[in-house]
Amino acid sequence: MSKRTKGEPGTRHAIAGKPVPLVDGIEKVTGKALYTADLETEDALIGRILRSPVSHGLISRLDVSKALALEGVRAVVTGADCDHTYGVIPIAMNEYPLARDKVRYRGEAVAAVAAIDAATAELALELIELEIEELQAYYTAEEARAPDAVLLHDDKPGNLEREVHHEFGDLQAGFSNAAFVLSERFDCAEVNHAQMEPHAALAYYDDERSRLTVHSVTQVPFYVHLMLARCLNMDASRIRVVTPFVGGGFGSRTETLNFELIVALLARAANGKVMMRLTREETLITHRGRPHTTVKLKIGMTNEGRIAAVECETVQRGGAYAGYGLVTILYAGALLHGIYDIAAIKYDGYRVYANLPPCGAMRGHGTVDVRHAFECMIDRMARELGLDPFQVRRMNMVAAPSRTLNDLMVNSCGLGECIDAVEKASGWKERKAKLPPGRGLGMACSHYVSGAAKPVHWTGEPHAVVSMKLDFDGGITVFTGASDIGQGSTTMVALAAAEILNVDIARIRLITNDSAVTPKDNGSYSSRVTFMVGNAAIEASKNLRKILVAAAAKKLDANPEDIICEAETFSVRGSEQSMMSFADVAIAALADDGTINVKGTFTCPPEAQGGKHRGGAVGSTMGFSYAAQVVEVSIDPDTCLVTVEKVWAALDCGFAINPLAVEGQIEGSVWMGMGQAISEETVYANGLPVHGSLLEYRMPTIVESPDIDVTIVESIDPLGPFGAKEAGEGALSGFPPALVNAIADAIGIDMNTLPVRPDRLMEALVARRRKDKITARNSEEVS
Amino acid sequence: MKRLIRLEINGRKHEDAVADNLLLVDYLREAKKLTGTKKGCDGGECGACTVLIDGVARPSCITLAATCDGHKIETIEGQAKNGRLSALQRSFHENLGTQCGFCTPGMIMAAEALLRQNPEPNEDAIRSALGGNLCRCTGYVKIIKSVRAAAGAKT
Repeated sequence: MSKRTKGEPGTRHAIAGKPVPLVDGIEKVTGKALYTADLETEDALIGRILRSPVSHGLISRLDVSKALALEGVRAVVTGADCDHTYGVIPIAMNEYPLARDKVRYRGEAVAAVAAIDAATAELALELIELEIEELQAYYTAEEARAPDAVLLHDDKPGNLEREVHHEFGDLQAGFSNAAFVLSERFDCAEVNHAQMEPHAALAYYDDERSRLTVHSVTQVPFYVHLMLARCLNMDASRIRVVTPFVGGGFGSRTETLNFELIVALLARAANGKVMMRLTREETLITHRGRPHTTVKLKIGMTNEGRIAAVECETVQRGGAYAGYGLVTILYAGALLHGIYDIAAIKYDGYRVYANLPPCGAMRGHGTVDVRHAFECMIDRMARELGLDPFQVRRMNMVAAPSRTLNDLMVNSCGLGECIDAVEKASGWKERKAKLPPGRGLGMACSHYVSGAAKPVHWTGEPHAVVSMKLDFDGGITVFTGASDIGQGSTTMVALAAAEILNVDIARIRLITNDSAVTPKDNGSYSSRVTFMVGNAAIEASKNLRKILVAAAAKKLDANPEDIICEAETFSVRGSEQSMMSFADVAIAALADDGTINVKGTFTCPPEAQGGKHRGGAVGSTMGFSYAAQVVEVSIDPDTCLVTVEKVWAALDCGFAINPLAVEGQIEGSVWMGMGQAISEETVYANGLPVHGSLLEYRMPTIVESPDIDVTIVESIDPLGPFGAKEAGEGALSGFPPALVNAIADAIGIDMNTLPVRPDRLMEALVARRRKDKITARNSEEVS
Repeated sequence: MKRLIRLEINGRKHEDAVADNLLLVDYLREAKKLTGTKKGCDGGECGACTVLIDGVARPSCITLAATCDGHKIETIEGQAKNGRLSALQRSFHENLGTQCGFCTPGMIMAAEALLRQNPEPNEDAIRSALGGNLCRCTGYVKIIKSVRAAAGAKT
């Protein structure tokens, strides 16, 4: 059960702030929710992809004639059918939907087939003749950066996608003020989102009118729309993108993915409808996960525990193509800022190409591995200096309002309350010293952005638009292009509208994610939806309310300022007789002009959009969420198996518009951090994913998942909708360091590699026992 | 080769000729249009396709349709009776035991099998019964809560 520190339900608002089930929850529990793979395919062809069997090479021969000649095959497409690249950042789009001339990772799409059934499509793949002249392949950032390494991309010397060098404040002075300086290296494995729904897309090409409709699992239908127009060389007005129910995202679908373009190329080539359902293995290949990351961190601390200076070098193995890479490497540096007040920070980031599937954005984009290293080291330094880890964090917390060294805006911060909450809830003070052997407590803090204040496709448009229709039936239809990927964003929009209009949530109908109907939305990523779409929904609702109030005032012969609207009834202040029902006011409002359409927009002000330095827009946001957590572990001395006994997490989400959904987001993100900390990692054997199933990719099951005690902290952000900020990412990055700190507390071993697999911990334990023995023998000899 | 199977799905009798190698999940989703049963993996990894066969929770993605001849199959579509949600469906809805919803049908079916056998399961029994059902959204906290609440509502 969650606790809240402020804004108890009902104190501030009539509707917002009370826990409600998801507005689309009934469909989910009854099996009626249609996901992309569930869409009707009676008349559809089945699409399949031929993938490269080698990691790096030049395509010397690709002959599809036999496949094309097979009965039942309607289309075969290859790299020759699309010479436009796609990607995320306009300046860094270097990937083709189907490889042209060169393949850069094992599993890269080379050709695709559409046939009357799956068996025919699979047989056709066998008939495609592919010859590849192999090149040297690189599977680590270190190998790829070697001076004599073959280049994956000719324009990227050293196989470096992007380097970032940022220095703020006086580093030398900072380190000379420090009484204690510690340097460490951390290695964090590549991890995947592993959302439960495998990738799928359905495309329909209408040759008579040259129109294309694509249904997909995407978090970013707008970006998919742009890339479809680009890669198919079509006028964007002839394309329609629809997102049905989405079975999880976590960042895996925050960029256009090759299968979404391939299915459209196939549909056009076949003049028809093509369904493409990827297998779990293919879904894991098309992952765009968090890259393998090496963090070298140097921190200087005063005797009192003030962080005086920080120097950080981060190397990310980004995989074969750019994707979100340059954003990820910038985020890793930018989010060194914004949580603690530090006088000097230097950051050097290197994003490296390697012959593996491309990485991308994953929950906690960019910040997780660096925050892990940082929070582990702060703990170790506090221990060394004999300081309390909670106190050290409190003393360094960022103040609000303020601007960070790298020019990020901080308007609200409830980190102190988060720290207090988990210290108290976990019984840290009373229990810490009394834990039995093999048991430990660890803590850590974290933060995350509520959306990027400057989006990657910068057009100058508002950051979010929500429109609304009120019609003769008194029903309010809200249109939003924001993808609900399970986080409850559709419910959030409904609550915002119901609150402002003072109507029952049942009066509101949501239409989401259809480019033919709903206003453009940048998508569900970087936790932007509540802040931006929520504010746009509030504005749209206020615009509608104004019309309703004016209509009621006219009918009731009163001033609009005197009209009160409560629980679907309009009345005149001070006059109990003058009342109108919502339905009557709606009819009155329609009388002059008919059906009412309004919209609301939200724009992040320029001062929120970050510093002027190169890459300064990344990390900029309207509001940071803050989190603290305590993790309790027990360690089996024989197997080194780490059991997470319990987690206490607190997150400052500004204001919980729907506390039930906020709790769910905190629990889910903490748990995802646990997976990364104890068991999840991708493993490649010569580029072949060994983790290509949900048995090998080891996410925690219900059996090893702990209870999570949640506290919601509400700092009431001055610009957030009802004061809200993000809730779905901020707590993730605190888990791995809190776990590693708890392991140190339990058995005195500091682990610098993620995940902390039992074999890794055992190795460290054996090494320490050996060292202890040698030390003991040496001291015996001396005596 | 095809063979004739007679079976009951959600209380209705069906008779179909099915290929020997047709998986139950594909039979349900494609032939019967019961797409509530989900495919989350390449076979037996995730539990999203869990259905009840004679009241026992089974992954339909590693069950041949042909072996279901003469058996009673229950899927998520058969859980609500006369338009009323089952206790588990209501509980998953109200307690946010579902976020993206993709694992939900399998999760509810596995929990349904548990509650029929053990109407008042403790937390360990719930964890054990749902051990083969993966969820990526909830961290399982509210799934456990949903099952417990449904058990309370039933008894």
